[in-house]
Amino acid sequence: MRLLEFQAKDLFREYGINLLESKASHDIVQGRKDAEVLGYPFVIKIQVPVGGRGKAGGIQKCHNANEFESRYPQVMGLTIKGEKARAILLEKMADIKKELYLSLFLNRSKRCYTVIASAEGGVEIESVKNQIIVEVGLGEVSGDVAADIAQRMGLAGSTAEGFVDTLMKLSRLAVEKEAELAEINPLAIMQDDSVMALDGKFVTDDNSNFRHPEMEQYQEKSEIESMAEKSGFSLVELDGDIAVVGNGAGLVMSTLDMLSDNGGRPACFLDVGGGATTKSVYEALTLISKINGVKGILVNLYGGIVKTTVVAEAFLQAYENNLIDVPVFSRLKGTESEKAHEMLEGSRTKIFDLLEDAINSAVMEANR
Amino acid sequence: MSTIFEILRGIPGESDYENKGVIVQGITGAYGSLHTRNMVAYGTNIAAGVTPGKGGQKFDDSIPIYDTMKEAVDATGAKISAVFVPARFFLSAAREALDAGIKLLVAIPEHVPVRDTMVALDIAREKGAVIIGPNTPGIMIPDLIKIGIMPPTPFKMGRIAVLSKSGTLLYEISDALTSAGFGQAITIGIGGDPVNGTRLVDAFEMVRDSPDIDGLVVVGEIGGDSEEILAQSIIDSGFDKPTVAYIAGRAAPKEKRMGHAGAIVMGTYGSAESKVSMFGKANVPVAKRPAEVPLLLSRKMSESD
Repeated sequence: MRLLEFQAKDLFREYGINLLESKASHDIVQGRKDAEVLGYPFVIKIQVPVGGRGKAGGIQKCHNANEFESRYPQVMGLTIKGEKARAILLEKMADIKKELYLSLFLNRSKRCYTVIASAEGGVEIESVKNQIIVEVGLGEVSGDVAADIAQRMGLAGSTAEGFVDTLMKLSRLAVEKEAELAEINPLAIMQDDSVMALDGKFVTDDNSNFRHPEMEQYQEKSEIESMAEKSGFSLVELDGDIAVVGNGAGLVMSTLDMLSDNGGRPACFLDVGGGATTKSVYEALTLISKINGVKGILVNLYGGIVKTTVVAEAFLQAYENNLIDVPVFSRLKGTESEKAHEMLEGSRTKIFDLLEDAINSAVMEANR
Repeated sequence: MSTIFEILRGIPGESDYENKGVIVQGITGAYGSLHTRNMVAYGTNIAAGVTPGKGGQKFDDSIPIYDTMKEAVDATGAKISAVFVPARFFLSAAREALDAGIKLLVAIPEHVPVRDTMVALDIAREKGAVIIGPNTPGIMIPDLIKIGIMPPTPFKMGRIAVLSKSGTLLYEISDALTSAGFGQAITIGIGGDPVNGTRLVDAFEMVRDSPDIDGLVVVGEIGGDSEEILAQSIIDSGFDKPTVAYIAGRAAPKEKRMGHAGAIVMGTYGSAESKVSMFGKANVPVAKRPAEVPLLLSRKMSESD
């Protein structure tokens, strides 16, 4: 799961990483109380699970109550890369001497954790110059390794000490919570040479959630995502009008690609997993019925032993129960397909042998 | 070290040549028992199964069940295991298998924590063993041995190696290849996790020099950089057999996990463009859709004639 900045900072605080004073709120009533406690000036920061907040106007300085009253609702109302504000963080302003970059991430190709550090932080990782990259096995960073990195960054004295301390704490946090990414950017050197985490990004391995009940409070799921998870499906909501369903992540991605190539706009990615039964297909249609703006459903099922009649039965039930009222375009590779065609005759579901034909019909329907 | 073909098939003259024993870990579970029967029906020699507490019983009145991997390996001499235990028990099952002398461990479960995979890989490295997966459909030499959950119909014996991160796309594309007359010498499921026991490049190295291979098909997807590393290895090794790739996820949004734990684009890292461009440098055409794979392969084949 991907934590918001203030959630990452909660963890940083718990692990003793230096932070500026800050308060998170979900509405302006709480925000006003936070402002009073913090005192002006401070920064208003939108809490969204994507980067590029500054450029989008999601981080605003605030010097007095007038500015607060106009800027808090303004920032709260922003949508950045399709993501609405989850909360607002008020944070004291910092007197910064220099910005560093520090992260610890799961290096997929090297199959170990890797530290990236740079004396030139504050920009997106792709633009960070003079990166120092050190592989650290299963993630624990010793004092010696951290000191060596600090030295290579040109840090000395109490700044170097602060950096070493921060890196060791960050690595302990990352290891204990099974993070895929723990990033502090910028890690600031303050006027008094101490170091402080001004931002925080923290992504954990969802597959390890069962070992971390303490992290459950950070889990953010829509109703429909929780339903998908309960059924053992993977769902990603998108902003088009044709819902895409299939069995297997690769197959559904491939279907999404082909739909887009043919001018269609996917409304969702829904992977129902390995097999296809009447129950799983019916559950998938139930999920889709909760997504707004769907004009058609594209179903792509591949299975060596899937009975297409079983799938056809799910479509019939869905119409009978008024679960869906949009047409379904389905490519089914499996047995008993003639019988399935018969079953669906006169219904709003069409079965195709070729995916290309199903896609073309779906796109035509959506553009009608 | 033995090649992957030697592990799966053996060497002519061996008593178990083309009949290598496989131990199923978690044989009595719903998933394990279903696929054990499917593997047996395919002709795979399931020599034993392991389920703690059920030692001494027989699976379907024929396959001996043991409490531990050590007992199963001691009794059968098998060097291959297929792991069907739930994800949270994967690490202990893998540790037990590797300690007992298993040399090829096929890890089927999805949702194994990455840390557990990395620990299992450390053990495998120490023991000189290979892990395929986790989250893999498995590995097979069509018409000879199937270790995993693949349906049999898409596959046919032949001379193409297929390496795939995705299960269903492996079936889909192998089916298209088979229909076009391209049977498969071997198919290896890499798995959809961020960290793979056998990366695409490792699988490539396993089959690259085999005289059984006339061509290579790579089925990749967004996330990570294993396609890029493979492409670089194709360039560096001067591999000149016809090779075609397919990459799923061109239309996927960034920073969203697309079903597989590993299928996520962060910035430009893991993007389809990066992979397609790297395959371009390696002179490997990338199909736009699964059905195009055999067409591109035919073209490559006739170019190299």
